[in-house]
Amino acid sequence: MFLAHINPLQASIFSSLAVASLLLTFVMLGSHWLRNYVYAFAVQSWLIAALSASVGYFAGYPELYLIAILTALFRGLVLPFLLTRIIARLNVKREIHTVLQPSSSLVLGAFLVMFAFVIANHMNRQSLLAAHVVVLALTIMFSMKFLGFLMLSVRDEAVSQILGLLVLENGIFLGAQILVPGMPLLIEIVILFDLLIVVACFGMLVRFLVVHAGTTSSRQLNRLVG
Amino acid sequence: MTQSLLILLFAAPLAAIALSFGIRSSRLAEYATVTAAIVDLLVSVPLLIHVLTAPAIFAHSYIQVDPLGAWVILCIALVYMLSSIYAVGYMRLLDEDGRLPLFYGLFSGFAFTMLAACVMNNVGVFWIAIELTTLISTFLVGFEREAESTEAAWKYIVVVSGGISLALLGTVLFYWGGSFVLGPHYAMTWAALHKAAPAVYAPLLLVSFLLVLVGYGTKAGLAPMHTWLPDAHSESPAPVSAMLSGALLNASMLGIARFLSVVNGTSISGFAHSAVVGFGIFSFVIAAFFIVRQTGIKRLMAYSSVEHIGVQALGLGFGGVLGIAGALYHMLNHSLNKSLMFFGAGNAMRAYGSKEITDIRSVLRTFPVTGILWLLGAVGIAGAPPFALFLSEFTILRAGIAGPYRWAAVLFVIFLIVVFIGFLSHFRAMYFDETENPAVPRVLPGLIWRALPMWLSFLPVLILGLWWPHALWSVFTTISTQITGGAR
Repeated sequence: MFLAHINPLQASIFSSLAVASLLLTFVMLGSHWLRNYVYAFAVQSWLIAALSASVGYFAGYPELYLIAILTALFRGLVLPFLLTRIIARLNVKREIHTVLQPSSSLVLGAFLVMFAFVIANHMNRQSLLAAHVVVLALTIMFSMKFLGFLMLSVRDEAVSQILGLLVLENGIFLGAQILVPGMPLLIEIVILFDLLIVVACFGMLVRFLVVHAGTTSSRQLNRLVG
Repeated sequence: MTQSLLILLFAAPLAAIALSFGIRSSRLAEYATVTAAIVDLLVSVPLLIHVLTAPAIFAHSYIQVDPLGAWVILCIALVYMLSSIYAVGYMRLLDEDGRLPLFYGLFSGFAFTMLAACVMNNVGVFWIAIELTTLISTFLVGFEREAESTEAAWKYIVVVSGGISLALLGTVLFYWGGSFVLGPHYAMTWAALHKAAPAVYAPLLLVSFLLVLVGYGTKAGLAPMHTWLPDAHSESPAPVSAMLSGALLNASMLGIARFLSVVNGTSISGFAHSAVVGFGIFSFVIAAFFIVRQTGIKRLMAYSSVEHIGVQALGLGFGGVLGIAGALYHMLNHSLNKSLMFFGAGNAMRAYGSKEITDIRSVLRTFPVTGILWLLGAVGIAGAPPFALFLSEFTILRAGIAGPYRWAAVLFVIFLIVVFIGFLSHFRAMYFDETENPAVPRVLPGLIWRALPMWLSFLPVLILGLWWPHALWSVFTTISTQITGGAR
């Protein structure tokens, strides 16, 4: 456990990167515009890549550099590119029907972060400085989970649902870099590729939705009930 | 020997995929798939016998064939075989001849990923295999390309991807917990997690377990995470419904069973079992209500799957040799019986041109022989003797009464009666109600392809209901020692 003897500089670098990612999630939550959504996601992925690289540097895991490069490349460039293409093709610019106003979903999001903190605090058994980083990482992991699910439930547009799912995964990735940097390389790489396939599948499905169901809003997908 | 069996098990569907996509001939794709499925079934039996005495580990411990995994492989291979035969007859009815190679390629790919999930020894790779099953089956669910099936496919992939991401979070937390015991670098195998679990801080272990339970529970269709299931099962082509219900749910239950065995013997073991029992009984109750007031024939079958996956969860949660043996026996019986039900539903749906129960009347006049099989299957799936599901449900009930969850066993019995009445009243209506202006059913070609798998699934259900082979019992005791982690 390199976290057990982490120094203040490293702790503050990790914390600020993690907190910045969380803030970007709030940017997504508060934004009406799908394009901002994608940009926030791209920047968040770059931050996570930076986090991977810095964990790799400080904790001595050279393989994390590879993960950082792949994260930046796939999550930071390829996925946003695919998403902007889907958005351009669908010709939707903004989320029109939201169940919740962005302002109220921000408030709700803030409460979810507090809840995440309570859970994280209960799960931690580290001491002092390491505890700060661990609790922070766990909090952000859980809050990005919660916020992702919040986005999935209050937004109808197909693209924002894909983005919600990607936020769920980003949260896990972010936390995993700090908590378990020693996780086998193979798995991380495969999960990255897996994500690429997921988005490709979603892209295809969105096209089917337009052609066969005539809508990309989940609000209108209401044929199957009961 | 185990190694060559394993290679054959995976080479067969791969060859079928290659043939389907390579030579774009519908007939060839059909026969290749059926052949691959038969090979897989023939391989899965000796595979189970071989690993019963000595579980085998390959590929730097990334692949492990243990009795539990081999048992699920057997169930999956059975459904793969039955539904690929049925698919030959059914898919020709859809007038989509040009897209059939695509269908069979995806179909074998779906089987391949499920079989692969069963032998994954690395927890992370297991997660990836389960995720891949979702991605491939999404396109099978949406295969008919109607508004409903596209909607079902979309809901399926969104709900299940969201749910399964919780399992990934749980897996990461499990690994993190283990790293306090085993050091920062270790192979993320089931055995390693099992070894580390007792020393992990209890709240951490608990949260991790609940996350994976909810995650794989979503994929297994446990209520309240089952919302995708009725849509996906009812809108996909009938052979795919059978695969989803009879095979995919088992592969996901395997994940729950394995994680349950990881936490067995730790301080949270009791709570973990209670959580599984809770989800099980909740699924059972929810499904019972939806079965009673169901109007769609395939949605009826889908809710019956929620019910039976709940029963399996109850068996695992009750634990002990009886509970686990009951759950495993139930897995096999449900796979067989539910395939039969979906095949019958597919026939009826195609003949009457409707998914509504009210449109399907006088089934016996339309299907004199397969109609009887379908009716008997319905009696069996409602849990009546002399069919196999009665035996397995009874065993699980015994385990429940003997253990600390007597309340759950009581609820189980009450709602079993509700399900029995609700399910069979729909069948009574379909078989014996007369209507003023009966729909004229279409006569379907290709009877043999659709009747054969129904016989092949009905006969074992009947035989296993009358006679529980002793060999199976010894398989179950071996697996149950493996799950309960006898050594600890």
